[in-house]
Amino acid sequence: MSRKLFAQKIQNIKDEVLLLGSMVEDAVIKSVQSLKTRDVKQAKQIYQHDIELNDKRFSIENAILIVIATQQPMARDLRQLASMLDVISELERMGDYAKGIAKVAIKLENVDLRIPMNDIEKMADLAVGMLHKALTAFINEDSQTASQIPYEDDPVDRLYEDIYHQAVELMMSDPHNIDNANLIMWVGHNLERLADRVTNICERTVFIATGELMELEVDEEDDEMDFE
Amino acid sequence: MVSDLMKIQISVKNFNFFYGKFQALRDINFEIPERQITAIIGPSGCGKSTFIRAFNRMNDLIASVTAQGEIILDGENILKLDPVTLRKKIGMVFQRPNPFPKSIYENVAYGPRAHGIKNKNQLDEIVEKSLKDSFLWDEVKDDLTKSGLALSGGQQQRLCIARALAVEPEIILMDEPASALDPIATLRIEELMQELKLNYTIVIVTHNMQQAARASDYTAFFNMMPDRAGYLVEHDFTQKIFTNPKEKLTEDYITGRFG
Repeated sequence: MSRKLFAQKIQNIKDEVLLLGSMVEDAVIKSVQSLKTRDVKQAKQIYQHDIELNDKRFSIENAILIVIATQQPMARDLRQLASMLDVISELERMGDYAKGIAKVAIKLENVDLRIPMNDIEKMADLAVGMLHKALTAFINEDSQTASQIPYEDDPVDRLYEDIYHQAVELMMSDPHNIDNANLIMWVGHNLERLADRVTNICERTVFIATGELMELEVDEEDDEMDFE
Repeated sequence: MVSDLMKIQISVKNFNFFYGKFQALRDINFEIPERQITAIIGPSGCGKSTFIRAFNRMNDLIASVTAQGEIILDGENILKLDPVTLRKKIGMVFQRPNPFPKSIYENVAYGPRAHGIKNKNQLDEIVEKSLKDSFLWDEVKDDLTKSGLALSGGQQQRLCIARALAVEPEIILMDEPASALDPIATLRIEELMQELKLNYTIVIVTHNMQQAARASDYTAFFNMMPDRAGYLVEHDFTQKIFTNPKEKLTEDYITGRFG
């Protein structure tokens, strides 16, 4: 190993990506908590944290561009740096999902609505768990683990469906609930999208390890709920 | 590994090369596609220069060298051809620009004259065309009697390229053609290579991996065996070599983790 300084620079960036990931995990968990406890103060803090999260993403992007420009990385190093550019943008979008959930918490502050909190919490735990595993696999360049993580998306999708139907029931039981129950659908949607984006991180891990850019598609049948 | 779509210009088969008892190259097998740029990279002493010098028999000038195997060009084994005939087909550009201590005109006209062209008009045409093809014409056309040595390093190197082009070779060998040049002159040479490949096959030896990555279509990575004999580790599309090489040794070399 003859490029100690270069290796250190890449390691520093990896550490920052992990830190960004933990900021996102924290934001998602806290956003769901703020919805559960209707804690507007905590929800507003997530807005503030999202600004910090975006700043962190830009500073990592800048550091990656400097390393590319000054160190001329090749092969695996290049794939790793290019993948980190991609991963930080995924993380930044996930942070936005957390912010979206916090926004719902603020809107529902004084609303009397039977929120399917149990399922939402389960969904958040699963999604954050997937993200955590995916980031660990990414940093360790563990493509084997990464290629299995997308299979964990199925329970997340099922919970989303449950939440969706519960929101529809809320709407049907009282039309006054329509707007607020729609917000609950958005919470489910955001968590579902977050788990989907975890797959993109896993794809980058496979790319770093093998040089192959491929979709880790696990859906055998078309999802009726998916119109993207 | 060369794309099936490419026409092969040079085939190297079981090539071994010795300086006395020292084996400098071992069992080289590889194909160089026509009108493409092939870069040869590898650590110092791995036989890159020896290898391309074998193409136009430059090594013949050294006593006690032995070349075994075949280097096939146009159906003939280069190793058995007359060197003068061969060098009309294969021109060479060296690390340091080495214009003759003569005028710009005479530098370019030298080769065609040596091959028997005496007609002044014909020589004028060759000189103009060669200088245009090497992107030097506009800078020197007003005074072709000026000494070649009065030009800048980058201009001298383009003069040497014009001199190589003047005998209308099929192949141009470049042995670190930009290592003595500043970055701007280097980029001009690389741009020029892209123009030249429309009509010529180019083989370039370079220590500058970014140059190989920027300028070539194919890259061959050479390394040394424990007895210091050079061998071919990997040959592939340049973009493949620099993004996802097959061999770990290649990866270690291009990422700077070698040795």
